[in-house]
Amino acid sequence: MSTVLPAPRATAPAGAAGDGSGVQPRGQWWTSPRFKTILLYVVSIAVGFGLSAVLVAVTHGSPSKVFTAMFDGSVRSWGSLGYTLDNMAPLLIVAAGTIVTVRAGFFNIGQEGQLTIGAMCAAFVALKVHPSGPLVLILALLAGTAGGAIWAGIVALLKFWRGVDVVISSLLLIFVAGQLLSYALSSPTFLQEHGSGGATLTESDQLSSKVQLPHIGQYPNFNFGTGLIIAVAVAVLLGTIATRTTWGYRLKVLGFNPVVARRIGVSAVLFGGAAIVISGACAGLAGSIMLTGQAYRITPTFSNNFGWNGLLVALVSRNRPAVAVPVAFLFGALQAGGGFLETTGVPTDLVNIVEALLVLAAVFPPALMALRRYRLKRSEQAVAAAEAS
Amino acid sequence: MNHDITTILASAMRLTAPLLFAGLGEYIAERAGTLNISVEAMMLSGAYGGAVGSSVCHSAAIGLLWGIGAGLLVGIIHGQFSHRLQANTFVVGLTLNVLALGITNYLLEKIQMTPRQVGILTIPGLSRIPIIGKPLFSERWPFFLLYGLVPLVWWVVQRSRWGLEMRVVGENPKAADVTGIHVNRRRRQGLVICGLLAGLGGAYLSVGEVGTFNSDMTAGRGFIVIAAVIFGGWTLRGLAAGCFIFGGVDALRLALPALGYTINPQLLIASPYLLALIAMCFFAKRLRQPAALGQPFERGAA
Repeated sequence: MSTVLPAPRATAPAGAAGDGSGVQPRGQWWTSPRFKTILLYVVSIAVGFGLSAVLVAVTHGSPSKVFTAMFDGSVRSWGSLGYTLDNMAPLLIVAAGTIVTVRAGFFNIGQEGQLTIGAMCAAFVALKVHPSGPLVLILALLAGTAGGAIWAGIVALLKFWRGVDVVISSLLLIFVAGQLLSYALSSPTFLQEHGSGGATLTESDQLSSKVQLPHIGQYPNFNFGTGLIIAVAVAVLLGTIATRTTWGYRLKVLGFNPVVARRIGVSAVLFGGAAIVISGACAGLAGSIMLTGQAYRITPTFSNNFGWNGLLVALVSRNRPAVAVPVAFLFGALQAGGGFLETTGVPTDLVNIVEALLVLAAVFPPALMALRRYRLKRSEQAVAAAEAS
Repeated sequence: MNHDITTILASAMRLTAPLLFAGLGEYIAERAGTLNISVEAMMLSGAYGGAVGSSVCHSAAIGLLWGIGAGLLVGIIHGQFSHRLQANTFVVGLTLNVLALGITNYLLEKIQMTPRQVGILTIPGLSRIPIIGKPLFSERWPFFLLYGLVPLVWWVVQRSRWGLEMRVVGENPKAADVTGIHVNRRRRQGLVICGLLAGLGGAYLSVGEVGTFNSDMTAGRGFIVIAAVIFGGWTLRGLAAGCFIFGGVDALRLALPALGYTINPQLLIASPYLLALIAMCFFAKRLRQPAALGQPFERGAA
């Protein structure tokens, strides 16, 4: 098997297109399918927020304070908006890579591991190559990209050499990557901190300021890391390749129908393998940007679910590059708001709860509408069959 | 020397049990065609539910039931979202993992719990067998449920009509549908059973072995369970062997430093995943996953 996702759905015939299954909306605007769709989304997301508020309220917290803090920490001021954008950058890159792979009909879910390995390779280059300077920074970003690509390359190799399912191998390799990082951080030869006194900390040295990604703007005002520019560039590039070029079209053919792809000479090994490696490279790049743009040192829990969240961004936006941008922004805002919330004494776990509920709220409406459409179609078919007989 | 072996073996059995409980559930869910990654959420909420239940009801046994209920709830949510609404199963699974970790961590600081633990049951006679007697026959009593559950799961999956239908659903959903089997219902049932058993596994961890709940108590055991199912090549025998090996590796990791040996701990922690990968690589012919594993089923879709 190659596809795990509902294969990108072929455009339905005109009659069944849209949410109204071809029926012209009669009369009032509030009966129109578009309005119902929007209403469903609004209600569903309100339920998501509502459940989080209930949880806060029953544990004797103040929902309004919590949501205000999250709002303040993510988009209220120019400074916090910049922080949101910095969180958005790695998510967007991971999501862009994932979308390319899914379009090709493969499903790499190992971004968390590829991101870890990427950050690790970037840290190694950034800390070990002397004298440090802008060139080393670029080298570190490239090394991170290559690291992620190689880690995903193992997945591709296992797929096309031994037929191991992509989902399974990429999932398993996440945990191997985590332990590899843990090993590197506990070994002075690789990344362990050269601290004063006993080397007991399992984290790396801090990156020198020469290999940190420059920031545009100053804190209280609007500011963001150059990582965002790289992220947008990568997203636009991959989005364009995927939707506007022959190469991207071949990927799509491969995703829709591997048999047709083989007949017209699109090699699954070449294109599928490339797609998997690209998504790994993106995750690796995201990891290196997180390292050189925000964290500046690598710790055992460095990846902090950014790989998983990037995957979620891609899936929630249903693999449409243009939708991925606002979704990534939302996820980035939640992360930023959560960081701020923690400083007010509320555990950051609450943000994870809100985020999870919002994801469920976001996948609910399209799923419900698809189910309704499908049931309507079946009942129409049944009626037609009954009339015909 | 024999004493050391017995100690390590006993520790291995204690670490195997939660894996095997959850593994039986994951095995059923995967045979029905769901690559269920929310098993981590099921175990974690089971562990939490168990701890809360036992301190609310002042009984560790009722705590186990609460744990089962918590796992069940996760299974039902996952099933409804991914096999009724057809939302992507990985989105749902991932989200449930985040949600379970978030809720248990958040509530942990808000709710006071009193530690409570189920009792140890020692089978007279059998527990006197040298070396293996004590590890196998002197354990917390829920451990002995495994002796019944493993054959039961084997019988249900391999011999009952329901099990046959479930396997067909995992191998060839279209054919199953044509013969009148409700594919998505079977898959939902698989997930619910998985939630039940994984919840029990989690509760075994909290009210069985440890007696209380810690933050992120399962610590990725759900993913070890997935690795065990893969390692076992989607057979019950292989699954049990995998759970035992991974439990044993965990026990060794804890015991070896005390015995004066040093082995790279990271290698040991990563070994379940590496072993599962190696098994997939080299026995790809024999270890075959259910053909429709992870693929959603929609009636009438070409």
